[in-house]
Amino acid sequence: MKRNALKVAWIHTVPVMMGYLFLGMAFGILLSTKGYGVFWAFIMSLFIYAGSGQFVAITLLTSPFDIVGAVFITLMVNLRHLFYGLSLLEPFKRAGKKKYYMMFTLTDETYSLLCSAKPPKGVDEGWFYFFIGFLDHLYWIGSCALGNLLRTAVPFNSKGIDFVMTALFLVIFIDQWKDSKTHIPQFIGVGASVLCLIVFGASRFLLPAMVLILLLSATFRNRLEAKFQ
Amino acid sequence: MILTTKEALILLAFIALTTFATRATPFFLFPPHKKTPAFVEYLGKMLPYATIGMLVVYCLKDVSLFSGSHGIPEAIAMIAISLVHIWKHNILLSVGGGTLFYMFLVQYVF
Repeated sequence: MKRNALKVAWIHTVPVMMGYLFLGMAFGILLSTKGYGVFWAFIMSLFIYAGSGQFVAITLLTSPFDIVGAVFITLMVNLRHLFYGLSLLEPFKRAGKKKYYMMFTLTDETYSLLCSAKPPKGVDEGWFYFFIGFLDHLYWIGSCALGNLLRTAVPFNSKGIDFVMTALFLVIFIDQWKDSKTHIPQFIGVGASVLCLIVFGASRFLLPAMVLILLLSATFRNRLEAKFQ
Repeated sequence: MILTTKEALILLAFIALTTFATRATPFFLFPPHKKTPAFVEYLGKMLPYATIGMLVVYCLKDVSLFSGSHGIPEAIAMIAISLVHIWKHNILLSVGGGTLFYMFLVQYVF
């Protein structure tokens, strides 16, 4: 049963492998430039397993020790994950004990695969979903470690590589812009953040920005809700 | 490294737990047979768009318009990435090429 599920699952994960190879290596390289070696790349990709989240974690590792701030921004960055589970409640419920690991592997990429990939008849749905998450996790760990080792083995001028994070979010922003019927949420996100950045400064704008975003979301609810049906 | 090893490990443990919590919460909070509150559902659809906008600003928070290179390399790279991405729709090309282009700008031009 398991072997069958693995056999049909891995094909679906190939595009994610390509994406992770690139993004994970970029992460490993960036982490290495901050003085954190392969041990750190390994434990972060093993236990955190988040693209955006791990990039933000690098900035946290290079800032003064602040647990509350770290938890807060991690929450913010991963808030979208709160809603991924909503569309997977039923299949995960049927998956037994392994569902806890499957919840852990719900990255953006894995989620998008689980939404689109359906197991063929006769293949166990739980194991099929499990292996998609598991393979993606392996690719991610491998890529993060590989990038880190590569940078250690072949030092190069990495000034400006932090920009990979900006580029990533910008590209996601553009994709979202294209597929949404209304751009008010984007204006709210950018507008509230820029305003709070000006008022509160770079080191403390995030919390007020988040509060303002929530307030504006509530304010525009009537206008926006119809667009998201 | 400005944190001690112990501090870094504690920090990462909290980040890992928080990340898992955001992914696991809906499964505990909203059992399949129960209706999700409408406001939560609305936030679920709307917030991802606002959050990514916020993260773009977050990435640029330390760029100073009034000193150094005045944010010009960032602006050039972001325009280039947007154009390439709208044109080719290839996330690897846009992110990878864009990052290399930015590195070239800050290492050799500015």
